[in-house]
Amino acid sequence: MSALTIRNLTKTYANGVQALKGIDLDVKKGDFFALLGPNGAGKSTTIGVISSLVNKSGGDVSIFGYSLDTQRSLAKKQIGVVPQEFNFNQFEKVFDIVVTQAGFYGIPAPLARERAEKYLRQLGLWDKRDKQSRTLSGGMKRRLMIARALVHEPELLILDEPTAGVDIELRRSMWDFLTKLNAEGKTIILTTHYLEEAESLCRHIAIIDHGIIAENTDMKSLLEQLQVETFILDLARPVSEAPQLEGFQVSLRDAKTLEVAVPKSESLNTLFVELARLDFDVMSMRNKANRLEELFVRLVEQNLPGEQAS
Amino acid sequence: MSAREQWVAFLTLVTKEIRRFTRIWPQTLLPPAITMTLYFVIFGNLIGSRIGDMGGFDYMQYIVPGLIMMSVIQNSYGNVVSSFFSTKFQHSIEEMLVSPMPSHVILNGYIVGGMVRGMLVGLIVSLLSLFFTHLSMQHVFITITVVILTAALFALGGFINAIFANKFDDISIVPTFILTPLTYLGGVFYSIDLLPEFWRAVSLANPIVYMVNAFRYGVLGVSDVNVYASLGAILAFVIAFYLFALWLLHRGTGIRH
Repeated sequence: MSALTIRNLTKTYANGVQALKGIDLDVKKGDFFALLGPNGAGKSTTIGVISSLVNKSGGDVSIFGYSLDTQRSLAKKQIGVVPQEFNFNQFEKVFDIVVTQAGFYGIPAPLARERAEKYLRQLGLWDKRDKQSRTLSGGMKRRLMIARALVHEPELLILDEPTAGVDIELRRSMWDFLTKLNAEGKTIILTTHYLEEAESLCRHIAIIDHGIIAENTDMKSLLEQLQVETFILDLARPVSEAPQLEGFQVSLRDAKTLEVAVPKSESLNTLFVELARLDFDVMSMRNKANRLEELFVRLVEQNLPGEQAS
Repeated sequence: MSAREQWVAFLTLVTKEIRRFTRIWPQTLLPPAITMTLYFVIFGNLIGSRIGDMGGFDYMQYIVPGLIMMSVIQNSYGNVVSSFFSTKFQHSIEEMLVSPMPSHVILNGYIVGGMVRGMLVGLIVSLLSLFFTHLSMQHVFITITVVILTAALFALGGFINAIFANKFDDISIVPTFILTPLTYLGGVFYSIDLLPEFWRAVSLANPIVYMVNAFRYGVLGVSDVNVYASLGAILAFVIAFYLFALWLLHRGTGIRH
């Protein structure tokens, strides 16, 4: 079953900017889906339309089969949204924010309080329940928005850059939390600028650029499109120039660091055999950039307006 | 949403609104109590004792219904305009927009929240007035009906103002330049029968004249205008404002891109 179906979605703002130019998208039930794109590509507009914060110009959106036009209430009940910007009343208490949100979904107060406790505990905010939300740290505010989005127990959770500005430890704990939610059956759609996040969490991916879907596939197939991967090698001893290796493009970053572009047709074993033959001792190795990042940059470059027109 | 779910959502919003204005009571409940007490002391006791009777009542008794109405008008309007605009400003309105709450539930919640504050302040001012004069209600039904309709009308006015407002200045323009002059010229402190014919006719174009007089009729039993026509006119305005506000909310004016 499809958790989200979008057909020919268009949005033109009052100032004439065409943010979405006919998007088609399907997200399967239980999927962990990444929606990526550069700033201004149309990600937030798409999420805005799905969550009813932006009026669409045309097209259809349905959530778990419920049309956002004709079965709005049923469709909305299926979605929980964690926006990019903090959007709760800064003067309200943490507990009240979550309970009130449940009330807006028609959940009676006793059950709302029970659910609020459950999610605030899960997200480590129960101790802060009586604090005004403005006194929370940035990471706590993000967790509060997740608790608020979950309180009506939606089937589809949409997170718009949930880990932006969050420290590494908290980001990892949020990943664990989201992975657990997904394993329990929740469908999750994520937008993020951290491509490592998308690669490690998501199974399917769509890249949106200039208001159109530039790529929509599963993560594995997408990564297989990567023709060249670049590695950084740290050497044991300094060298004066980069070695010439057939089939590889090698450059010297500094006296003890090599940058090697490895085509998909070549194996890493060949690289290391060649380096050993030339008496290079490699101490450690890492990717220059995240694999998805390399692909993302390439896809976005391909989709530049001038090239698109040609 | 089922009717029961809508009722829960409505109560949630009303509770949220009441919690908001009671949390900041030094800004919402205390100032009108102090202002009206000063009106009672200065206009009622000090100046009023030299004015003598008006409409068959001593001046203090005559102005009390108008001052109660003034409190109801200002606070119903002020509550909704500031609360709804703050919700827009802080983007917490998105909490409601993403939820399945229908537009009429959102509108009703804000309007009832504003009415509760208006009427609560009206009650506080009424109780304070008892320290200065004697009040007895002549027509209970009319008194209550006028207060409810007036509070609803100005709460709706505040809501419409907040929908169109883009900055904090926009929510003070109407109260400062329209509401306050109309209230002061709305027969709160005098009977419009005292005015020359031309200015009396001009005053009859002021809707607040009808509200103040209808309420004064309920409390004191005297009015400068036809009370039932006044009630009918207020009700018509409430219906028109409600439908307009609902239409704005439904199409997302000022709140959705």
